[in-house]
Amino acid sequence: MNTTINPMSWTRIRALIRKEINDYRRNRFIAVTMAVLPVVFMISPVITIFKLPADAPASRIDTVVGLSLLYLMLIPALVPAVVASYAVVGEREQGTLEPVLTTPVRPAEFLVGKALAALLPTLLISYVMYGIFLGAVGAFAHENVVHDIFEAPRILAQLLFTPLLAGWSIWVGIAISTRSGDVRVAQQLSSFASLPPLAVAALVGFDVIKPTLTVALGLGLALLVIDVLAWRVVSVLFHRERLLTGGVKA
Amino acid sequence: MKRDGATTRSAAARTGPAIVVDGLTKRFGERTAFADVTFDVAYGEVFGFLGPNGAGKTTTVRTLGTLLAPTSGNATVAGLPLTEANGVEIRRRIAVMPESPGLYLRLSVAENLEFFAGLYELDDRRARIERALRAVNLLDRASDPCRALSKGLRQRVGLARALLSDPEILFLDEPTSGLDPLAARDVHDLIDGMRRQGVTIFLTTHRLAEAEALCDRVGIMNTTLRTIGRPDELREQLFAKTLQIATRDPLTDPDAVFGGLPGVEGWHDGAAAAGGAAYVLTVTDAELAAPAVARAVVGAGADLLALSPSRHSLEDVYLQLIDEDVEARTR
Repeated sequence: MNTTINPMSWTRIRALIRKEINDYRRNRFIAVTMAVLPVVFMISPVITIFKLPADAPASRIDTVVGLSLLYLMLIPALVPAVVASYAVVGEREQGTLEPVLTTPVRPAEFLVGKALAALLPTLLISYVMYGIFLGAVGAFAHENVVHDIFEAPRILAQLLFTPLLAGWSIWVGIAISTRSGDVRVAQQLSSFASLPPLAVAALVGFDVIKPTLTVALGLGLALLVIDVLAWRVVSVLFHRERLLTGGVKA
Repeated sequence: MKRDGATTRSAAARTGPAIVVDGLTKRFGERTAFADVTFDVAYGEVFGFLGPNGAGKTTTVRTLGTLLAPTSGNATVAGLPLTEANGVEIRRRIAVMPESPGLYLRLSVAENLEFFAGLYELDDRRARIERALRAVNLLDRASDPCRALSKGLRQRVGLARALLSDPEILFLDEPTSGLDPLAARDVHDLIDGMRRQGVTIFLTTHRLAEAEALCDRVGIMNTTLRTIGRPDELREQLFAKTLQIATRDPLTDPDAVFGGLPGVEGWHDGAAAAGGAAYVLTVTDAELAAPAVARAVVGAGADLLALSPSRHSLEDVYLQLIDEDVEARTR
């Protein structure tokens, strides 16, 4: 086994990111997923919060706020899953994988390029949606709701969990993509597989785990470790010969 | 590390053969894709790799292109031993155009090339892309999405992509597969142009006329390498040299006419046109025998209608070898 660690080429990674984003913009399914899903997951909690009466009990406010923030967490969980699951099987289906693999690109560069191309738009969309959500709530919601939503640990958890949840979804999506022979199957499996870490976010959102700074950082660190492990697993799964032959023939 | 024309290995640095293959074998489980293949290809040569479907041509290209690891045997590609550790450097020095050009159909021609120029870390990308597109006569289609191009034009984009990095060796896997004759001719012209520029080309095909027209040497593959050589050498190896003669009337004594002529080893009747006669002469040297045969036939009072050396095409060679394989399997 080759244990030499070669430096990654950011020129190649940038080329991959640019190509991927150009391709997403013109892929109707991905463009619609990226545009519609986040809006749905942002509007729904805003409406729920606006419908809360001014005299709602604190426990009810906590539940609604938790549910709303959980909805927003679906954006970094689901959007990159759809994109990442397309990463390898999509290339294979359109016959572009072989030409790419015949270039000097290294597996690590290919994977990081694909992952960043899914992560960057996800972060942009997620934070913009969260910003709109905060703006709308801050401007129009009742004061006690605003106070709950603008608690520092909640904001920190949202900011911290967004890239980490996206990271999980991306690596799981790419892992499924390397093993799958069909884009749609890969996308469905990836969507399901992206959800488990949301359980942690749900526990925080519903105050089962009290959202303190320490808890947010601790859970964030745990997710980070899981993301790194997922990347290592995906790197092992990525093997030129198996990707081309499906492991059975040539 | 950036790579540009200055860092590309110069022609002077290209010593030895471009490709050396020694006893290379690739198996997928129980199935053998190709076995014990040995050949070499010189720099600047156009080498044709022929064989029926499933003969192992594409797997050989993929193996030499570092996409598949050989099961056994050795090879050197562009001066480097074919090992996993050399994979990146070998891929820097070669370009592979698979049977299907594999373009991003939603992206424009220029965007496709820009992406690959990035993967090769090429400098002066704009100039290189322009040069590659000019080489394949597609400069005016640079902004068109690839999905708007015909199959033939997509193949040309694939060739432009392969030329971007000025590869030392260009692997073309069935470059005219599925193209109409006009589009295929365009691709032939492009390959011919590259040959004249000294690009080493490894061409797999089962279009025999294509191989005959374009290749300096060919190898005929059917899991094992059946034969290798220049097309004319292969013809000579497999088929006896003959002269075909047609006369208006049958010769009264062919033995007397053909016997003892220089370079003539024997004769038999050929397929004659109605009313005429035809003879096939086995010769050691057609150029030596033909004038003597003509004089002898005319001297015997016969009207000589035609005298021509037999022409066996590469297709004849190919079919002969593949038929031998089929016969061997059915025995």
